[in-house]
Amino acid sequence: MLISIICAAVTGRMEELSNSVLSGASEAVSLIISTIGMMCLWTGLMKIADKGGITSFLSKLFSPILKFLFPEYPINSPASKAICMNITANLLGLGNAATPFGITAMKEMQKLNNNSHTANNSMVMFVVINTASLQVIPAFLAILRQKYGSIAPFDILPSMWITAIISLTVGIIAAKIFERMCDKY
Amino acid sequence: MNNIGTYAIPFVIFMIIILGLFREVPLFDTFIKGAHEGLQATLSITPSLIGLITAVSMLKASGALDIFTNMIAPIVAHLGIPPEITPLAILRPISGSGSIALLDNIFKNYGPDSTVGRIASIMMGSTETTFYTIAVYFGAVGIKNSRHTIPSALLADLVGITMSIITVKTLMA
Repeated sequence: MLISIICAAVTGRMEELSNSVLSGASEAVSLIISTIGMMCLWTGLMKIADKGGITSFLSKLFSPILKFLFPEYPINSPASKAICMNITANLLGLGNAATPFGITAMKEMQKLNNNSHTANNSMVMFVVINTASLQVIPAFLAILRQKYGSIAPFDILPSMWITAIISLTVGIIAAKIFERMCDKY
Repeated sequence: MNNIGTYAIPFVIFMIIILGLFREVPLFDTFIKGAHEGLQATLSITPSLIGLITAVSMLKASGALDIFTNMIAPIVAHLGIPPEITPLAILRPISGSGSIALLDNIFKNYGPDSTVGRIASIMMGSTETTFYTIAVYFGAVGIKNSRHTIPSALLADLVGITMSIITVKTLMA
């Protein structure tokens, strides 16, 4: 904000700047108001899906992949269950549910890591997957697009899925390659 | 290709309700519970959004954002990144609310269906607040040495940014 004020003084845009302070704050509130309805609708629907058992179903579907990604943890261990739940929740866009599962997963993994201060390979892999964000339906994004008059707020979905899958794959491959390089030293 | 996106939402809602009925989930109660969580989550980001959206609109109005964009334009032009996207690409791994503020600004100025708007959407939807995520998860268990996490995660982000530009230019042109 300081930079903006100094810059406005230099470029002689003080009037625009003071207007922007007033409008900026109210814009934020109107952004929240216009998105909150759809956000609640979506998290409500997702809760039904979750209760309906979709999370545990998807977890079963993912277990072979997880075996490869987290070799240190057997498939029925508490750690890999929490990992499953976290990945599924992320996939469904249940961000709030995903974080507690994620922290549980990290704690379970830390138990087998002799509580050291250094992350093991599975922990790194888990965090890398979480930073790559693969989402089936990005609710918030679609609401924001619609607010600004997008004709088809969801037309970005196929491109977004492709992008997210490729970026996630690169992250996983990078983590696998780097972990071997780490092991050498 | 674009139709898939339009059908996705009604299809998903349909499937969720069928699943709920089939499994005898108390539909409305569960819905209320979930919606309440969504309400709390949205409200919890409100204060930081007010601060950051004001800051972004000030940066924009003062001309500072344009000066910054012009400064890095020659570098990003080599990488094929549209200069309007660069602030978002830089802020995305660092701040979630901050990148929402920038995305809001991009949609307002260029429209969500413009090339820039679409690239920004995909970039936003396919990447995460990398540094925040790393801090939360490793912080929770007291890990100090994250080893190869940051290089791997940033490489994935970089690919995400590049791919969002490529997919928009090839699939949605």
